[in-house]
Amino acid sequence: MGKYVLKRLLQMIPALFLVSVAVFSITHLIPGDPAQIIAGPNATDAQLAALRAQFGLDKPLWVQYLIWLQHVLQGDLGKSFINNVPAATLLRYRIPATVELAVASTLVAVLIAFPLGILAALKPGSLADFSCTLFSALSFAIPGFWLAILLILLFSLALGWLPPSGRPVLAEDPVGHLKALVMPALTLGIGIAAKLTRYLRSSMLDVLHQDYICTARAKGLQERIILVRHALPNALIPVVTVLGLQVGDLLSGAIIVESVFAWPGVGRLTIQAVGWRDYSILQANVLFIVLAFMVVNLLTDLTYAWIDPRIRYE
Amino acid sequence: MATSLCNPEVRGLRANLEPTQRVESLTLLAVRALLRHRSGVAGLILTAFLVLVALLAPLLAPYDELEMHPADRFHPPSAAYWFGTDEFGRDIFSRIVMGSRISVSVAFISIAIATAIGVLVGLVAGYAEGWFDALTMRFFDFLLAFPAILLAIVILAIMGPGALNAMLAVAIVNIPAFARLMRANVLAEKGKDYVEAARAIGARPARILFRTILPNTVSTLLVQITVSMASAVLLESALSFLGLGTPLPRASWGTMLSIGRGYLPLAPWYGIFPGLAITFLVMGFYLLGDGLRDALDPRRQKLRR
Repeated sequence: MGKYVLKRLLQMIPALFLVSVAVFSITHLIPGDPAQIIAGPNATDAQLAALRAQFGLDKPLWVQYLIWLQHVLQGDLGKSFINNVPAATLLRYRIPATVELAVASTLVAVLIAFPLGILAALKPGSLADFSCTLFSALSFAIPGFWLAILLILLFSLALGWLPPSGRPVLAEDPVGHLKALVMPALTLGIGIAAKLTRYLRSSMLDVLHQDYICTARAKGLQERIILVRHALPNALIPVVTVLGLQVGDLLSGAIIVESVFAWPGVGRLTIQAVGWRDYSILQANVLFIVLAFMVVNLLTDLTYAWIDPRIRYE
Repeated sequence: MATSLCNPEVRGLRANLEPTQRVESLTLLAVRALLRHRSGVAGLILTAFLVLVALLAPLLAPYDELEMHPADRFHPPSAAYWFGTDEFGRDIFSRIVMGSRISVSVAFISIAIATAIGVLVGLVAGYAEGWFDALTMRFFDFLLAFPAILLAIVILAIMGPGALNAMLAVAIVNIPAFARLMRANVLAEKGKDYVEAARAIGARPARILFRTILPNTVSTLLVQITVSMASAVLLESALSFLGLGTPLPRASWGTMLSIGRGYLPLAPWYGIFPGLAITFLVMGFYLLGDGLRDALDPRRQKLRR
């Protein structure tokens, strides 16, 4: 197991290298000179030259890349062009909000998908099955930002139960904090639940037709025990992959959902960075999101072994 | 001939007796299967309707999309303004009708670009294998390591926001899926007897790829195209919602929602109708893709019916 983890980590290196080159290139592919962007339109040539020297922009590209990489590896992700705050500091404040949203959304998704997917698989063609199909089609077709607007219309404007945006500090206003979490988590969670429900349904249907389920029935086991002890663990294996892959969707969704609800996470910071043309912040965000995506994929693979003892990583 | 096709025995017999007619019959069979598929038909109608709206938009819109009625700002839906008006008193119904042109053209143009490039790269990579295959596939793996919207955002940060650039970004994001699908198709097909036969009679690689293998992979390609069209519409509207796509004052559904969100207490209809339009178009492509998947796969046809 330890060997396998090591191998996977080593395999991540070439991908990480490509990602780092791509992220580094962001500032250099942008039309215009970064020095010009920082100095503003009225800068003199001497000021520009000084800035280029200060940021090392006068050195060859590969040297610049190595210097940048060295800084990144030391945890220095550059500073915001706008307010000079280090990108690492900004990220440190934003990551907990995104992680909180991601965990809450996954919980929402599991709470919706598991009962719906299992019910649909137990009775194909039933009302539960139909609503499962309808639910997954609808939540695929409804864009997250529109669902967010609909929820705001209902829960904030019509009913007045939940705040339309923001994230009060947990320690100061725990109830307000949780209330503010509900709509972003619902929006993101429903989107994730769609795919999860479909996969759980088909995976469960597959398993229920296996011989060992037939055997379990034949030896007179209760249907409930067959479901919980025999069918579910086996049906869960492919679902865990899907859940793991959903982290990509979760992060994409967070970019939009955080923007709608003014949720101060990494996704909203990414959009703000694009809007402000604050490219060192954009670089730091992209690096973080892609890295998170890769790490979760690894964790997903490791979870298999935990759920399914037949899978052993050498 | 039409009635006899429904009978599998007759179909098999015809397939043996009249090899030249078989291709046409299979297409016909697929169309018939699609027309029997309930959600497939719903998707077909929905898509056809919205494409028609986009084509005829200037004729259908009661007002000019930019025409302001300052006296009627935030007018609720009424006989004069079916979907109400916005912050400048512009007719939201007309803006949604005109906005359909943006979403529909993104679906068709972006995905046409992605299909053309992806299919070409996938065909060559799968057929040639070797370094070209390894290089392109590793590159696409790397692109797939980015969540789609993040990749589109980075592309737009580099190229600058705008309607055309958003369309290109949506196209680029969709290329890897087509390339990987085509590569897998070619790898599966190229060892088969009919490809061997084509090679044996001296067909050159280009002919084998485009005339022999490509037609046999059209069914999976069609499904991928419709599904990608659905996600292209979603992605473009998200980019516009984030202010990176179609600029104001043109009416894009995503942009309308992004502005409408700021006026929800005053004009809830502003936040509802553009989203409904997006959902209908995406649903149309999604259901059509679902129907095609079942119609083009004979095994699934029997399972579903």
